[in-house]
Amino acid sequence: MAGKAETEALPQPDAAPAAASGGRTTLRRWLSNTGITIGGGLFLLILFLTMIGPFLVPHSAFDQSLVSRLRPPVWAGGTAEHPLGTDHLGRDYLARLLWGGRISLLIGFSTIAVAGIFGTVIGVLAGYFGGTLDFAVRFLIMVRLALPAVLIALAVAFIAGPSLKLLIIVLGLLLWDRFAVIARATTMQLRSSEFVVAARATGASNFTILRRDILPNIVNQLIVIATVELANAVLIAAALSFLGLGVQPPTPDWGLMIAEGKQYLLFSPYLITLPGIAMMVLVLSVNLLGDGIRDVTDPEARGR
Amino acid sequence: MERYAVRQFLLSAAVLVVVSVVGFVLLRASGDLAQRIAGSEALAADVEKVRIAYGLDRPLPIQYLDWALNALRGDLGRSLFFPEDVSTLIARRLPITLGLAALGLGTAIIFGILLGTISALKPNGLFDRLALGGAVLGQAMPPFWLGLLFIIFFGLHLGWLPVSGSETWRHFVLPTAVLAIATMPTIMRLTRSGMIDALRADYVRTARAKGLFPFTIVFKHALRNALIPVVAIAAVQLGALMGGSVVLETVFGVQGLGYLAWESINRADYPVVQAIVLVLGGIYCILTFISDLLHAALDPRMRAQ
Repeated sequence: MAGKAETEALPQPDAAPAAASGGRTTLRRWLSNTGITIGGGLFLLILFLTMIGPFLVPHSAFDQSLVSRLRPPVWAGGTAEHPLGTDHLGRDYLARLLWGGRISLLIGFSTIAVAGIFGTVIGVLAGYFGGTLDFAVRFLIMVRLALPAVLIALAVAFIAGPSLKLLIIVLGLLLWDRFAVIARATTMQLRSSEFVVAARATGASNFTILRRDILPNIVNQLIVIATVELANAVLIAAALSFLGLGVQPPTPDWGLMIAEGKQYLLFSPYLITLPGIAMMVLVLSVNLLGDGIRDVTDPEARGR
Repeated sequence: MERYAVRQFLLSAAVLVVVSVVGFVLLRASGDLAQRIAGSEALAADVEKVRIAYGLDRPLPIQYLDWALNALRGDLGRSLFFPEDVSTLIARRLPITLGLAALGLGTAIIFGILLGTISALKPNGLFDRLALGGAVLGQAMPPFWLGLLFIIFFGLHLGWLPVSGSETWRHFVLPTAVLAIATMPTIMRLTRSGMIDALRADYVRTARAKGLFPFTIVFKHALRNALIPVVAIAAVQLGALMGGSVVLETVFGVQGLGYLAWESINRADYPVVQAIVLVLGGIYCILTFISDLLHAALDPRMRAQ
């Protein structure tokens, strides 16, 4: 991460201890962290399964079959034809779970892209320039926190008509606050550090300093926030889909699948438990990964 | 301290005004509100009638000022569905949501502080690892899903508790448990890290050297300092719990503010939705204001900011 900044002939003290010890030891330190290995491994497995899986499963996630409605999964007396059973319209549940993972990941990554860019830009600018701009950004953060996010998202989706694109935009515009808070605080710390003062003394423009000295040094913290917000976005999107104002049928989404299975919860509880477990594993892997990255890049905060 | 309090108060008031504007504008700018009230099959002429009847044809700033001036007097308008004033409606539903959030947060605080303290006594010990593992699991579970699992298990299989409604205290057991499980991890982790720092601090070493009982050291000296950030976060958490009440109250059929919001959104009952955004925003502002004052009283450095 810090390598980019190091190519310039500027002193890079405290902020980049990792680069000093060489690439190989860094990699070993990352891989010896249980959070990163377990969380990262699980996350890669989910990525692989959701990207490749739908092509390996013999059934489509969309084909309905009224004769094979609500078939139980194998452990509840089902057959290997549908290992995880079928839903109320006879669609293969395994195929739908895998497709649902794609949707969740799509929502998660798109949301943190929107929120991350917006939050980082205003946070860095506020932290770097201070003064009135900083006050304005802090005020904006307070307003965002005071707005009931889920309620606003539901109301907007109802009036505008729910869609995947709208869901991503609304979530992106609601989940930027933590990026802004962290980007602002870390930039403020870096602003007065020696290498930024040195860069300014050599006549570097504000833009150059921001791009070359500030951004590379706050990337680690931002990645940690990104994992937290990815998990957050997946959970909120699932809640909105569960309430019917997120992802729309027939698209398979874990939240929507739980909502559809709700009517059958007495006799076919797997319709609810399976998507929930899938979501839990995804969120768990992302959270473990984030905790691990924080432990490795910020030893001060280890184990918090 | 007084100057700090006045400044924070004015800031909170300004935030609330902006929140009310954003909520107001979003409800009107996201689509055609009159069309939503009239229904998707309504004729164009009928939609126009609705637009004029509810004053939605007027310029946006005038609509806002009209609403805001009435809101300042305590009049939040009339519901399109219930035969009541919005303020009466909210006054009846708010205590349920507030009570549920307070119960959930209270449970989370008691258990979170207890587990966090025990974990901090032996960091990386067996108890610490189990508690942290539980916290990570608790954070990963979608609350509405956990609620459904509780309904299946405790409500349908065991038949111990009612699964929907808010008539008796027994209706509140399951939603409280879900809220507590969702909130506990944050509080537990904060207590734990604060306690680990506090137990390493000089004043604890002095207390040990004086030969005080370990119990006194942990609960009287260390915990008091470890709890400052927990107090600060608790107020904010209460606000967040209320904001998130829409989902959980829908799952359990609790007739609180969140459920009212959900019903009203689906009926395009916009005066109610608008008022709930304002009330939840206001509660959040009040809570952060109180939390800031508490924090400043405990930590003089805050006031200098």
